[in-house]
Amino acid sequence: MVQAPEGVEGAGFFATSLEKVVGMARKNSIWPLPFATSCCGIEFMATMGAHYDLARFGSERLSFSPRQADLLMVMGTIAKKMGPVLRQVYEQMAEPRWVLSVGACASSGGIFDTYSVLQGIDRIIPVDVYVPGCPPRPEQIIDGVMKIQRLVETESLRRRDSAEYKAMLNQYGIE
Amino acid sequence: MEGTGLEKTIGVLNEKFEGEVLHAAMLYDFPTITLKKDKIIEIIKFLKEHPDTHYHYLTTLCGIHFPELNQIAIMYQLHNMVSGERVRLKIYLPAEKPEVPTLTTVFAGANWMERETYDFFGVIFTGHPDLRRILNVEDMIMFPLRKEFPLEDQVRDDKNDTMFGR
Repeated sequence: MVQAPEGVEGAGFFATSLEKVVGMARKNSIWPLPFATSCCGIEFMATMGAHYDLARFGSERLSFSPRQADLLMVMGTIAKKMGPVLRQVYEQMAEPRWVLSVGACASSGGIFDTYSVLQGIDRIIPVDVYVPGCPPRPEQIIDGVMKIQRLVETESLRRRDSAEYKAMLNQYGIE
Repeated sequence: MEGTGLEKTIGVLNEKFEGEVLHAAMLYDFPTITLKKDKIIEIIKFLKEHPDTHYHYLTTLCGIHFPELNQIAIMYQLHNMVSGERVRLKIYLPAEKPEVPTLTTVFAGANWMERETYDFFGVIFTGHPDLRRILNVEDMIMFPLRKEFPLEDQVRDDKNDTMFGR
C-alpha cells in the first residue's frame, strides 16, 4: 500500500496539495524504457524477474516506445556511434522524463577508456541518478529506481517549465 | 611442409611473377609469403584463377602498423576450400602514403574489409567504389590503430595519477 501524502484529514475528507497527489501517482507508475546494451542489461532482466520484481515499485510495464516512457534506463557500454541514437531516443520521450544511468560504462565509460566508447552518457544527455557497479547487482538497480522515485515524488510541477531546466537542456543542445 | 601448399604456391608464382617474392616461410603452420607491392592485385588474381592453386576465397584482409619500420603492411589471407590449402600474402607500404590498388576488382567481398582497413589505418585503396569509414564515427579525425594515435579517449579527466596513487 502506498502511504497517503501529508495533508489535512477529518471525518469524510482529506485535503492535500495537487503537487503531492500527482507526485505520488507518478512515483508509483513509472514506465521504464530499457536501453540495454551489455551485462548491465542482464542484471536488469534479473531485476525485472520474479525474484527481485521491479513490479513492486509500479514499474512492471516496460515501454518499448520512448514516447510513452517516463524513465530512460541506460544499461551498458554506449559506443560513440550509438550516441546519436541514444540522444534521439531521449528527445522522443515526452516530459516529464528521467534518466537512470546503470553501471560504470554508462556512467563514465568504465573500463572502456578508448577512442570508440562514449565516456559517460552525461556527455550527450542529462542524467538524474547514477548506479555504480560493474555490473551492479539488482539490489543496486532497485536502489537507483527508488532514488528516481524520490525525485519523481518531490519534483515541483513547474520545474520543467523553469528557465533553469531549459538552460540545462540547452547545455546539451536539446531544443 | 607437405600438404601446406607453400612450395606449390611459390612454384605457381614463379611461372609468371619471378622476382616478386621477397620472403616465404611457414609461420605457425601458416604459409606466409611477403611480396613486392606493385603487382599484388595481378598476383592474387593469378593465384585465384590458376588451376594448381585456385585460391578462390578471400578469408580476410587487414592492415598492420610497424612504427619502427615506418611501414604499414597489408595482409591478404586466401583459401582454397577444395584442397583446404591456405596462404597469407603480405605487402609493405610506406606509412606516410599508404596506397594500394583495390582488390574489389578480384573479390567483391574485399569491399568492406578495405573500408575497415581505411577506417583504422588510413590506407587508400585506389579504385575502391566506396572508400569511407565503416565502423568508427564518420567525423573521427584519426586512424585509431596507428600507433601514433593514443588508444585512450582524451576527454577523460578522472584518470590522473593522484587518484591511483602513482
